[in-house]
Amino acid sequence: MAGFILALSFGILAEDAGFSPVAAVIFSAIVFAGSAQFTAVSIVGAGGGAGAAVAAATLMNSRFLPMSAAVGPSFSGGPIRRALKGQAVVDHSWALSSRGDGTFDEALLLGASAIAYCTWIGGPAVGVLWGDVLGDTDKLGLDAIFPAFFFGLLLNELRSRRARGVAALGTALALVLIPFTPPGIPVLVASLASLVGLTRRARADVRERQEAEGEPR
Amino acid sequence: MSVFALTIAGSFAVTAAIKALGPVALGGRELPTWFTSVVVLLSPALLAALVATQVFAEGDRLALEADTAGVAAGGLVYWRTESIVACVVVAAAVTAAFRAL
Repeated sequence: MAGFILALSFGILAEDAGFSPVAAVIFSAIVFAGSAQFTAVSIVGAGGGAGAAVAAATLMNSRFLPMSAAVGPSFSGGPIRRALKGQAVVDHSWALSSRGDGTFDEALLLGASAIAYCTWIGGPAVGVLWGDVLGDTDKLGLDAIFPAFFFGLLLNELRSRRARGVAALGTALALVLIPFTPPGIPVLVASLASLVGLTRRARADVRERQEAEGEPR
Repeated sequence: MSVFALTIAGSFAVTAAIKALGPVALGGRELPTWFTSVVVLLSPALLAALVATQVFAEGDRLALEADTAGVAAGGLVYWRTESIVACVVVAAAVTAAFRAL
């Protein structure tokens, strides 16, 4: 349900940003990484270039590196098959299929991703078709769906004091830069706030958690 | 190529590379602690910056508008209910209500 609303609002947002309806559906079909797609589209929509959009999408997707590395040993098949199965890793199916001991249920991960994939492609298609019927989507407040969703995700992330500090620092960096830099740059620079993770205490916390969980995350 | 085609092609290339690299090149091996430590904090940094630029900016100037109120209301609902559906529905409804005033 939430997935469909989001996929639908992605179609509407992409069209607002200037993407053609077909491009919006193709984007979802070949990229299949919601947060990166929303990030890229919102930067293009604000007038940013493709370089800034792709760079921000890359940063957003960097979490898939440790996530898909953790799943790797649970996938059957040779390197090419495992690389292809890696494409199915998304937050929701990854979390769902984790057995909690560092291994993953391969069938569950691929199945959950297959369902999410259909929703993810269907949503923009409906959004694009509906967009015309609904008329002025701004009047309906549909442009608030994506930032609200990200705000919800953000609230989830703010469990630790360090995460709250990094979020505040990222916000401050972005807001200060908005009047002076081209669109897309504030978000990229704000990502530097994550370098707080290089401090000795942050690394010690990660090590402690890895030992407690016994999984390479 | 247009900015749209370039954005889609570039996003596809990096996403596919990242998701393929994990299970094949790094499968089972532990990533360095400093890397994981930074990646864990990338989400709050990027999400906060994205929300801020969407909600407080209109082009290159800072502005409080209907969607600022809508997203704040959505956040409040999420905080109380932990329902992401309720969060986005309330955000859209409050934004629409402010625009209708």
